[in-house]
Amino acid sequence: MVRLRVNGTVREIDLEPRVTLLDALRERLGLTGTKKGCDQGACGACTVLADGKRVLSCLTLAVACEGRDITTIEGLSDDGDLHPVQRAFIARDAFQCGFCTPGQIMSAVALLAEGRAGSDAEIREFMSGNICRCGAYPNIVAAIRDVAEALGHAPV
Amino acid sequence: MRPFDYIRPRDTAHAVTAATADPAAAFLAGGTTQVDLMKDGVLSPTTLIDITGLPLRGVTTQDGVLRVGALTTMEELAADPVITRRLPVVRESLLLAASAQLRNMATIGGNLLQRTRCRYFRDLSCACNKREPGSGCGALTGHHRMHAILGTSAQCIAVHASDLAVALVALDAVLSVLGADGERAIPLTEFYSTPGDTPGIENVLGHGELITSIQLPLLPEGTRSGYLKVRDRASYEFALASAAVALETKDGTVREARVALGGLATIPWRSRAAEDVLRGAPATMITFAAAAEAALDGATPHPGNAFKVELGQRTIVQALSRVAGSQVGDVPS
Repeated sequence: MVRLRVNGTVREIDLEPRVTLLDALRERLGLTGTKKGCDQGACGACTVLADGKRVLSCLTLAVACEGRDITTIEGLSDDGDLHPVQRAFIARDAFQCGFCTPGQIMSAVALLAEGRAGSDAEIREFMSGNICRCGAYPNIVAAIRDVAEALGHAPV
Repeated sequence: MRPFDYIRPRDTAHAVTAATADPAAAFLAGGTTQVDLMKDGVLSPTTLIDITGLPLRGVTTQDGVLRVGALTTMEELAADPVITRRLPVVRESLLLAASAQLRNMATIGGNLLQRTRCRYFRDLSCACNKREPGSGCGALTGHHRMHAILGTSAQCIAVHASDLAVALVALDAVLSVLGADGERAIPLTEFYSTPGDTPGIENVLGHGELITSIQLPLLPEGTRSGYLKVRDRASYEFALASAAVALETKDGTVREARVALGGLATIPWRSRAAEDVLRGAPATMITFAAAAEAALDGATPHPGNAFKVELGQRTIVQALSRVAGSQVGDVPS
């Protein structure tokens, strides 16, 4: 049995060691918000937080996450109220098909915590691990900039 | 992915004992190479020894030497205040590599052991002497735009993908390695093996040996260093060519120089030839160009990557002139 703490809830599941965190979340815990894009660490769609740090769940074995605090897109909202980054993505229309969006948002939440939203160039550089095939990048940057400015840690 | 057993060792000695006893065992650290290649079937260990719980994490400085625990992540090392102040070449090589997600996962020890990105190595349907000795090399006559032009052999032209390793060979880093017979120290400049007739052997690490830390001597105060990476995308891409350089100049003359190249060679490539040209010479563009020419002397390009000779030279010149800054004499028009 593997004990996983996901979005504040401890779940015990019977898993083979070869199951990735991504597959455990989607196929075993029903948390399908985290997306499987490339499944080889190149696109960022599977980004989740492990102990507050953004990581790729497709290259992480679930069994190696015992004792770590995992946060997925489902864990961001507070009792139905969307996270400020989620609200900013909607306000800025920062997606088209939406497939990469959960990964973009998880990455953006971490980027803001890292203090890497000092300029548009810095946001672009530190979001480069999240690919958007629809090309919504300008609006993604704008959404992150909005939240950074609201938090007061980015120059206009 | 093939099934495997998973164990968490009690301590580093247990990790080494378990790995040594099982020829098909592998260590798991950040997993960014290991898990990726296990999915592709390129690697298929029967046991994974998860070392992430071992106390091999963190950075300390003593007597001018930085000691980096092997399980320190790339992001953690890039954020270290001593690295930031004294070894910008290391910080730049880290932050220009991968993505924030991967840098949070990947460890320093694992980074140095990462496998090549050669498509023929990673695709089981292709011939690859590195993956399957004697099967041939698909890259030699195939797509090899990204491949090596230094340290190649008739068997393999796969490029070493690490940026950090390039900076660390320039700095004369030393690895501490624990094996069944105890601990040993290996200078990083003597760690990597060019492919020759045995492309499957990439370094001098024995099976079961574990990198526990990396010793990094600080550069003398006043030495300026930097890492320049040239690639197809502005971010999140492997190098076509890169250069880790350090220069100590006085009165317009180079007193000490270090040059190492990435994206161009089968191993992180220290260029003593370039350093010999630089040392004692005026810090001018003419000197830098001569050093760059010496560094690429003897390169063995193939039709698809012949451009890398000039690209490599220009990368070195730009890296050196950027680090030399205002101390450069004749800036070209």
